[in-house]
Amino acid sequence: MTIIARSIRVAAALAVAAFAVAATLPAATARAAETELKIEVKIDNFAFAPQRIVVQAGTTVTWTNADDAPHTVVSTTKLFKSSALDTEDKFSFTFTTPGTYEYFCSLHPHMTGTVVVEAAAAGNAAQ
Amino acid sequence: MTSDHDETQGVSRRKILECMTWAGTGVLWTIAGGVPRSTGLIGEAVAAAEPSGLTFLQISDSHVGFDKPANPNTIGTLEEAINKIKALPVKPAFVIHTGDITHLSKLSEFDDADRIISQARLDVHYVPGEHDVIDPEQKLYRERYGHGAKGAGWYSFDANGVHFIGLVNVVDLKAGGLGNLGNDQLEWLENDLRGRSASTPIVVFAHIPLWSVYPQWGWGTDDAARALDQLKRFGSVTVLNGHIHQVMQKVEGNVTFHTAMSTAFVQPAPGAQPSPGPMKVADDKLRSLLGITDVTFKRGQQRLAIVDQPLQG
Repeated sequence: MTIIARSIRVAAALAVAAFAVAATLPAATARAAETELKIEVKIDNFAFAPQRIVVQAGTTVTWTNADDAPHTVVSTTKLFKSSALDTEDKFSFTFTTPGTYEYFCSLHPHMTGTVVVEAAAAGNAAQ
Repeated sequence: MTSDHDETQGVSRRKILECMTWAGTGVLWTIAGGVPRSTGLIGEAVAAAEPSGLTFLQISDSHVGFDKPANPNTIGTLEEAINKIKALPVKPAFVIHTGDITHLSKLSEFDDADRIISQARLDVHYVPGEHDVIDPEQKLYRERYGHGAKGAGWYSFDANGVHFIGLVNVVDLKAGGLGNLGNDQLEWLENDLRGRSASTPIVVFAHIPLWSVYPQWGWGTDDAARALDQLKRFGSVTVLNGHIHQVMQKVEGNVTFHTAMSTAFVQPAPGAQPSPGPMKVADDKLRSLLGITDVTFKRGQQRLAIVDQPLQG
């Protein structure tokens, strides 16, 4: 729940920013910014945190490895696969289709996580 | 009847084992009477062993390329380990490296590891750790060490009547799972063992423990039981692993399981920290923690519990 709220807050902030610059930028650019949703997942202590996130379609999830050990972010359906992430390395993937996406670290497969993607909210669905 | 016989054999075998102490830089193994036995610390008085049979050495988890606070100089500690091997009064027949040669599977890391380990001037038999197969194409390990090996790098060889089997349990890992051998490798193992006399001493080595050390941290191998089933009929089986950067030993029937220490950095005892990540210790303690740990074999017990011990200086 917190995660959804955060996503929406981020979206709202971006929307405001987009509105502010819309007067001087082509409309297409503003629309792109309007739908830009982001969320961070930390890899820490051999775990994905939060382990389960719920996001709107179109959200870009960025994983950052905070461990001294390398990790990977690999979809169980091979939809996405990072290279080995050393300390502070990042990997991003944008989820466009609603559904439940399971992933794990292919080096330490006991590390698992889930991304639940929900249909875009009404405000964003109008694109 | 058979089981009585086996039991007798097991007890006498266990009697051979004693309280043992290892240095983390390497474990020296001697095979006497067909039973592999750790002869003690590198750097301690190994001469007492007077091995008459085959002596070989195990090192593990060099993590060349790792430079974080837990040990900013993994090249240096690997060099120290190799220097100790070179100084051994009894020259081992060969070395087994149980994986995580490198930290990130970089070409330069493999080169550095080779440059240092080759100074021991001994044959080295490798198996990969998960850190050795994370280059994008998963090919650097196999190109360098996989000659004559099958699949992801498994193989066997014989030395002084002992059959050695190097297994790979770090590729094609499944979400939520542990180490993995896979059907192809298990089928190969079955063929490899077919027709061998049950009196042939077997040494199996692989990176991730083939026994369930601590599954919560991934310290085990999902399908190890299928491999161990195939080894049941053999009178002497020794399983050598790395991965957990600390010494642990368990004896189950005719099978002795042993994990070696790392030459690079310390990892916590199971459950002692929130995660199994590299453990920073005081600089002046690092070598003693890498170098020395105690493992106690309790006599007369059917099965050993895993004894979690903090590493000691």
